[in-house]
Parts: sequence; structure tokens; C-alpha cells
Amino acid sequence: MQITLLGNFKIDTDMNNIFVYLEIEDGAVGDVSLELLTKGRSLADQYKCHLEAVAAGYQLDKVAEQVFPYGVDVLHLADDKRMSPYTSLPHTSLLVNLFKEEKPQIALMGATSLGRDLGPRVSSALFSGLTADCTALELGNYEDKKAGKTYENLLYQIRPAFGGNIVATIVNPDCRPQMATVREGVMKKQIKDPKYKGKINKLDVSKYVADTDFVMEVIERHMEKSKLNIKGSPIIVAGGYGMGSADNFKLLYDLANTLGGEVGASRAAVDAGFAEHERQIGQTGITVRPKLYIACGISGQIQHIAGMQESSLIIAINNDQHAPINAIADYVITGNVEEVIPKMIKYYKANSK
Amino acid sequence: MSFNIVVLAKQVPDTRNVGKDAMKADGTVNRAALPAIFNPEDLNALEQALRVKDKIKDATVSVLTMGPGRAAEIIRESIYRGADNGYLLSGREFAGSDTLATSYALSCAIRKMGKVDLIVCGRQAIDGDTAQVGPQIAEKLGLPQITYTEEILDVNATSITAKRRVERGVEVVKGPLPMLVTVNGTAAPCRPRNAKLVMKYKYAKTSTELQESSSDYTDLFNSHPYLNIDEWGAADIEHDPQWLGLSGSPTKVKQIESVVFTAKESKRMGVSDTEIEDLIKELIANHTIG
Repeated sequence: MQITLLGNFKIDTDMNNIFVYLEIEDGAVGDVSLELLTKGRSLADQYKCHLEAVAAGYQLDKVAEQVFPYGVDVLHLADDKRMSPYTSLPHTSLLVNLFKEEKPQIALMGATSLGRDLGPRVSSALFSGLTADCTALELGNYEDKKAGKTYENLLYQIRPAFGGNIVATIVNPDCRPQMATVREGVMKKQIKDPKYKGKINKLDVSKYVADTDFVMEVIERHMEKSKLNIKGSPIIVAGGYGMGSADNFKLLYDLANTLGGEVGASRAAVDAGFAEHERQIGQTGITVRPKLYIACGISGQIQHIAGMQESSLIIAINNDQHAPINAIADYVITGNVEEVIPKMIKYYKANSK
Repeated sequence: MSFNIVVLAKQVPDTRNVGKDAMKADGTVNRAALPAIFNPEDLNALEQALRVKDKIKDATVSVLTMGPGRAAEIIRESIYRGADNGYLLSGREFAGSDTLATSYALSCAIRKMGKVDLIVCGRQAIDGDTAQVGPQIAEKLGLPQITYTEEILDVNATSITAKRRVERGVEVVKGPLPMLVTVNGTAAPCRPRNAKLVMKYKYAKTSTELQESSSDYTDLFNSHPYLNIDEWGAADIEHDPQWLGLSGSPTKVKQIESVVFTAKESKRMGVSDTEIEDLIKELIANHTIG
């Protein structure tokens, strides 16, 4: 088949509402979407505009009650058997055509494998800038010195770049919606009002999505609900490449079990096969804010520190007294992990009631 | 019938091994201090493409890369590993491109390549980690996509089946050709260079490289035309200039900062029994644990 190029469509820059795309699995709205609704609500309050959410899938009866408490003013429901499970083209068409009508100011989605499949297509169709994996979203002004123009209240899309070595603030001055994806755990989720009630707008899917969009067939699908709850654990014992082996990671499980915590890992430890990917903490993994973070054999690459620096108390156990993680730790224990952890377990058992 | 596969590959600074001289005093990145490498997931993509070529008679693998002149290294490296040919898209017009302007330029180049059955690229490049260019190209070309691919399971003249590895599981999906596929780092590693191909193609060069070379390769290239690597500028691809480079980039960088963490006043301690016990007692007393 000869490949042709589609035309670009541009939305003008009116001030309108803020949209969040909801990720839904088995009727349940994902945490990442609830976190974005919380952020979206606070941005909407600052802009004095509405927060709107889009749910696409099948049997979505329970979505409204899950999202209204987060301050959603309008919930767009695209309930159609063909919209579940997710495939790229129908969900893209739904958002693109809905956005052409509604002209959102800002559109947010999770930096998940789904959001990172969908977001770029929508931005490409609408010629709107998309910033991936933002770690902060703020409002602020932007001066384009060359054009001699000042823009007020743009969305600052703040993200690490270059393997986490720099942080860039990105803006989309002339294109709408201003789009951003955010990883799970980066924003905090918070109910605005348990009694908050928005409107439901039922969409006729065939008006937005062409039959020819349903080209992908999902033959097999095995999705597991995450059994781990590292993000919600008040105590995290994390290991790095310095643990030396998957076998040595057992020490970390012993300590975590004793203290009632979870085990996390740095990217280097995950890459080396010491721990599974789900446990990875940092910019390319999950962001955590536990009460206590015990970093074992972790040198403290920027990309790891970015995912745990907001922990209330940090203990670093490391052979290297110059390890970068020591600079942000409250307690630095210089020594062998194999020696320290058994002692911690022993004295915890001896002193706790 | 021919089966044409295009692999999109990028030369990137090796951000995984950033040394102390990688940042300049003003906080910007010193690209010169970072070695330029083949983007790792693009190598996984090349392997998936070569496996399709191994199975389908008359299949060809062409590599398309956008970048400065030295990015021709990516094409030679791909040919050494089994690709048939390559195209370097290069020029001032592309400077300052964000992901959208990049995907527009690459889409125009792909369209110039004529009949294309399959486009394969890495999920994301390690200098930006955005994972946007693949899906943005698919959208511009009106093609379906399979992202996060771990393995292409089957390809025939009209359809492709692939296994995707996503956060919470695995999916097997099937869709029509032409299709754009992005490949994960968890996919099979790329086969090594083939010594015979290295011998055959080691002098392969773009026209710019030929002009800049101190040796005269005219006779060699006349007798071995396959050594010529195609180099395209903006003038060679049909395009609307407003969508290229800076003007085609809706995102603007407002500010760049190097990452600095505020150091805390740490309490340094050793590993003696008394020190560890005192710490544990303190943590229990202030209800951090227990």
C-alpha cells in the first residue's frame, strides 16, 4: 500500500477546560488517573475553569461515583463494547474528535504504557505539544523574546531529561491542548469533596470513532493487578547494585518483613536482575514518600534520588563513604550491608514490644 | 512480491554513562563529552526487522536516521548487522525539532520511500525517553501501531501478530499491514556484526562524507555503487516548511537546570552493636518504626 500523509489540524488557543483521560481496568479507575484528577482540580481552581474527565470502555456504570469526589465537573462517557480492551486507533479518534469540539486548554494522561501509546497520537493529530513523564506541573508566564510576546498562565511542564541529569521546563505557547503525561505516584491523590456531583455526558461512540478504526484484534490478554504496594508502604528497604546479587536481596526482605515494610530497588539492581521491574524506584520507576527509607548498597544516581528524596527519614547503608546518596540521608552508616542488616533485625526484635 | 521494512534508528549521546565533565559550568549538557551510540532499543528493533527478513522471501530492510552527518555511522552499523541499505536525513532545516517536527520529517521521508509494509523502531531514545516519535509517525501516516513490542510472532503478506509487554502484563495482538511497531528493550538483543558484511561495506559513505574525506574514492565508488549511502536534505522530501524544525515544534524549552539536591546534615555512624542498637531505639521512640 502506498503511504499517504494526513493533514495537520490546529486548535486555536481559547481558554477552556482541563481534561483528564481515565485509565480503566475492569471498571476501576486507575490510581494514576485519580492522581491526575487531583492535580487537574487544583489547576482548574487556579484557572477558574472546569475539570472534565473522559472514560472510554465498556460497562462504565461505576466510573462516575469513583471520580466525582475528586472534583470532576463533567464526565464524558464513551461506553461501547468495542472500546474495551483498549486499542490505539478508536481511543485516539475519540479524543481527537472530542477535543476538536471541546477545545480543552490542558489535557493530562498517565505516563503508562497506555498513555504513552495514546498521547503521542492525539498530539500528532492535533499538532499540540506533548511533554512525557512530567514530574511537576505549574502555571506561569512565558516571554518569547524573539517574537516580543508574553503569554500568561501557561502550563509549565517540568520533566527530567538526559537520563535525569537535567530538568527542563517545557511550555506550549501557541498550541492547544497543552498535553502532558505523568507517571503513577508522582502526584498525590486527594478527594476534594465526597459529595461533589458533576454532570455526565454520554457520547455516541459511532459519532466519534469510525468503524475502520477497529482494526486491531486482541488475541490474548493477561493483566495482573499489582500485588505490590510499594508506593503505599510507610517503610521501604531498597537495594542497589552494591547488594551484589539477587541472593543478597533476601537480607532486604528479612528486614522489610521484620519492620513491616516493602522492598524497593534501584534501576541498576533491576537491570542486573536482582529484583523485578515492579520494584524499581526512581524517575523511570515509581516515586515514593515513605516515613522511613533505608537505602542499602545504593550509590544514589540522580534518577534514583528523584524518586525517593521526599521520604521523611532516610538511612543510607553503604561501603563508600563518598556515595552521593549520603548527602541527602539523615543517617549514614558506613559499612557492610551484610553486617548491618542482621544487627538491625536483632535489635529491633529485642527492643520492640 | 517485495516486502519492504523500514527501521527508524537514532544516534544518541550515551546518557547512561554521564561523567563529571558531561555538564558545562552554565548547567547545559556538554554533548562533546558523551560518546555517540546506537540508541539501544533501536538495535532491538533492527533485530526484529532482520528476523522478519529471514522469514519472508524478497524482504528488504532499509534504515532511516535523522541527524548530523556523523549519524551515517548508524547506517553502516545496521548494514554490518544485516540491513540492506540506509537513508540519512540531514540538514539545517531540521534543527531545533521537537518530537512532533521530527515525526513530520521522518513521515515525509518514509512517504518518499514508496511501498512500505512495516515500520519498526525502538520504543524510545535514551536522550529524551519520550516514546513519542513512533506513535506520532503512525498517526501522521494514518497507520495502526503496536507499541511496547517484545516479539513479532508472525508476519504474512497482509497481517502481523506481536506480543506486547506492558506494565501489568502481556498482550498478543494482530493487525493489518502496513503497521508501525515500537520495540522494547526486553526484546531479543541485536545480532552482532557479520565479518563479511563489514569487509564489503566498510567504505560505504554518504556524499558529504566522500567530499570531506582526504582520500579519493571516486574509482572505488564507480565500480561499487552499493557503497553509496543515500543522503536526503529537506529539498529531497516533499514537505510544508512550516511543520519542520523550530516552527514545526509546538513545545518550547523555557528553562534548563542541572539537577542539584539540597544536602542534609547527616549523622555519620559506624557498624558497632551499640551504634546500631541506639539508632533502632531512637527510631522506635519517635514512632518511625514499631
